[in-house]
Amino acid sequence: MSMFRIFDVASSGMTAQSTRLNVTASNVANAESVGTTPDSVYKARHPVFAAVRDQQLMQQSEITKVRVSDIIEDQTAGRQRYQPGHPMANDDGYIFASNVNPVEEMVNMLSASRSYESNIEMMNTAKQLLIRTISLGQ
Amino acid sequence: MLAQSLQRHSHENSGGNNVSFFNTAFGIHEKALYLASTRSELLASNLANADTPNYKAQDVDFKAVLRRETLSGGVAMGADLDPGKIKYRVPYNPSLDGNTVEADVEQSEFATNAIRYQASLNFINGRIQSLRLAITGGQ
Repeated sequence: MSMFRIFDVASSGMTAQSTRLNVTASNVANAESVGTTPDSVYKARHPVFAAVRDQQLMQQSEITKVRVSDIIEDQTAGRQRYQPGHPMANDDGYIFASNVNPVEEMVNMLSASRSYESNIEMMNTAKQLLIRTISLGQ
Repeated sequence: MLAQSLQRHSHENSGGNNVSFFNTAFGIHEKALYLASTRSELLASNLANADTPNYKAQDVDFKAVLRRETLSGGVAMGADLDPGKIKYRVPYNPSLDGNTVEADVEQSEFATNAIRYQASLNFINGRIQSLRLAITGGQ
């Protein structure tokens, strides 16, 4: 019944992908936020995935889970707009927008939801196979 | 006296035969089933790490490992897939982040592997049913 470990692997993938989806959501929500200085404005965040080999599990088989090792802030410069009437404009009349790239975020969202689905499918398949194995010989 | 010893002798004989018979009753499917379940874990790891930078997809050569296991004989179910049998996949479209998982390839392999597993289950199930029929005599 070593197939039970597929559930661990798939759920680690689902957790990682849902974190990615959450980060994407917060990026999209803050895409239009502005600030007076480049440092005060929201910066796009990106999760960093890392493969994990569980020591205890590794003795039995080469299974590899995934986890979010870090969430980094995108350091590229954001857009700068001349809008003197804006309440957050600086002395020169400029406001600074966040560096969120909406296209990139949409792609991230689609990729994350597809990966999440494939993890679910994997779990379903493993479940069906296990149920059939349990009812073997009946 | 002679009848008794004969009876006991034949009883021992058939007992010994029964054990070895039931050990090999499922033939290759016992190993195929085990190998398919182990392989499904590897493919699951690949799919879970489809977006992990520098992760290398791994797999086993099902045919080669099954042949080796069959030729080695005996009931070597405890002997797991040692790391030497696990190989890295050569990607069709390598990506820039060093990840070699291709979701479509892995998904099709996972599905094929699941069908193989079910096929082995079916064969074993049929064997159990025919053995049960032989034991009960169809009653």
